[in-house]
Amino acid sequence: MSLLELRDVTKIFGGLIAVNEVSFTVEPQSVVGLIGPNGAGKTTVFNCITGNYRPERGSVIFDGRNVTGVAPHRLVERGIARTFQSIRLFSTLSALENTLAGRHCRLRSGWLASMLHLPSQRREEREAVRRCMQELEFVGLADHAEEAAGSLSYGNQRLLEIARALASDPRLLILDEPAGGMNDQETVALVDTINAIRERGVTVLLIEHDMRLVMRICEKLVVLENGCLIAQGAPEVVRSHPAVIEAYLGAEDEAW
Amino acid sequence: MIVPSFSARGRRGRRLVSCLLLGAVICLLPFFCNAYWLDVCVSIGLYALLALSLNLILGQAGIFHMGHAAFFGVGAYATAILNTMFHIPVLWLMPVSGAAAALFALVVARPIIHLRGDYLLIVTIGIVEIVRIALLNDVGGITGGSNGIFGISRPQLFGFRIYKSLHFYWLVWGMVGVTLLLFYGLWHSRVGRALNYIKADDVAAEGCGVNVSLYKLTAFVLGAFWAGMAGTIYAAKMSTIAPESFNFMESVIIFAVVILSGGSQLGVLISAFLFIGLPELLREFSDARMLIFGLAMMLMMIWRPQGLLPCLPRVYARLRGAVAPGANVEERRA
Ligand SMILES: Nc1ncnc2c1ncn2[C@@H]1O[C@H](COP(=O)(O)OP(=O)(O)O)[C@@H](O)[C@H]1O
Ligand SMILES: [Mg+2]
Repeated sequence: MSLLELRDVTKIFGGLIAVNEVSFTVEPQSVVGLIGPNGAGKTTVFNCITGNYRPERGSVIFDGRNVTGVAPHRLVERGIARTFQSIRLFSTLSALENTLAGRHCRLRSGWLASMLHLPSQRREEREAVRRCMQELEFVGLADHAEEAAGSLSYGNQRLLEIARALASDPRLLILDEPAGGMNDQETVALVDTINAIRERGVTVLLIEHDMRLVMRICEKLVVLENGCLIAQGAPEVVRSHPAVIEAYLGAEDEAW
Repeated sequence: MIVPSFSARGRRGRRLVSCLLLGAVICLLPFFCNAYWLDVCVSIGLYALLALSLNLILGQAGIFHMGHAAFFGVGAYATAILNTMFHIPVLWLMPVSGAAAALFALVVARPIIHLRGDYLLIVTIGIVEIVRIALLNDVGGITGGSNGIFGISRPQLFGFRIYKSLHFYWLVWGMVGVTLLLFYGLWHSRVGRALNYIKADDVAAEGCGVNVSLYKLTAFVLGAFWAGMAGTIYAAKMSTIAPESFNFMESVIIFAVVILSGGSQLGVLISAFLFIGLPELLREFSDARMLIFGLAMMLMMIWRPQGLLPCLPRVYARLRGAVAPGANVEERRA
């Protein structure tokens, strides 16, 4: 059974059909790439999956359950974590505090236990901090744990968003242009990180402009253009697909 | 990397020293104050209590709420009505009045809590006015109209009758002390962090798994609960209350104390002293008093737009002691 399935998802903004009857599946433990030119509707598809937008038509099935219209925080609890295309860290808070945000939904201490710092609460906090430090170490940011998120380099901010998402124990990780703003070296390191995430048993769905990166790590590509799905399948197949070639005739791969 | 963290530690040290100093000042003040200044200090304590509770909503969660006097008023009136009608001891009424204010907050905030900052501000101003006008018009025939309610009895604590200003001084500042401890615990926890995430970016907070509307609503209700309890102390101190004590201007003062503070609890206390104490000190300038005060506020906001003392980052060094040595930055710096 697929981990994620989109069935004829349609999202309309005023008169603009941003996403038009898009259907595809994401198999467990795979890395799937969503590609297409700017304004194709990729981020909108992500927002429909994560509950930020409610699609006008169609449904989103996660792990066999219809999750269309479920609130974003509930979906994080169910195992869908995300990063944002325009980095959305809590910039005045430390890297560790940012990572703890992802852990929030796995903690149980309530208002009273927190006010009184009951033993159970302290134990839980200690465990959460330990776990979040592990995630920071995983993306290579352990040394920056106490620095304000806003003071990190662009590449490190993207990594911190990934650490924050991983801290929620996701089964599906959704990355919106994770290599955006990274230099070549950082991008190479990112590929290793994404492979390591897959080895942890986490399924990855990502949007990426860098075709070399996409070809290297994805086992399936989904191509959008003007809100419509024009091709999907293995990277080599998609690359030579007539519709894709026609859509990008003359355009360099890297220019996507 | 070493330099900023060193200065952060220095700042933390200075913060701690300031806390201890302020604590000592508060403990010693009554021995140097005459009756007039003692009353001023009780008033400062009440405003500190109100501002600490609003700080939860405005300073920590970033909810623009300018109607806190409404919850203060509901608490004070709940105490006054239940005490004068049913002769329930005043201090017993503290949690009851808190609950009344919290329930009222829940009912009015539920439909508006999702509103954006500036819209919410307008609506919360409306709440204060509605409460004040309802009290003025003697709704239900129990609020006493514009005369208010008098003859509220003095509180008793373990058989000790609280009636002098000095007694109220210790009652109010004792309550402030308890509040500081509880709210510090809240700040340094999952809940306090969640409120800060919401303030920084509510979309990102929701996307990280924080139930934004529930946390906002709960912060609002808890803040109202505390304001309601402050209302009990106020009613007991004054023994007479009237609608005009809970007007829009009171809301604005509490709001301004929190904005000036920068969001930390120490900041709130200092800000309450400045806001309530300074106009009293300037009394000899009579007419020019509020002018000087207003000017000082303006300069202050230009000089420090982030407020007097913003919160420092939370420290987890002791917790991180258990982490793999590779991750322990503190150790390597030492
Ligand atoms: N919140 C919104 N309101 C109105 N139009 C939007 C909104 N979000 C996206 N769009 C429009 O939908 C289209 C797809 O946008 P997007 O999903 O961000 O594209 P991509 O991520 O593929 O670059 C664009 O034309 C964009 O202008
Ligand atoms: Mg996009």
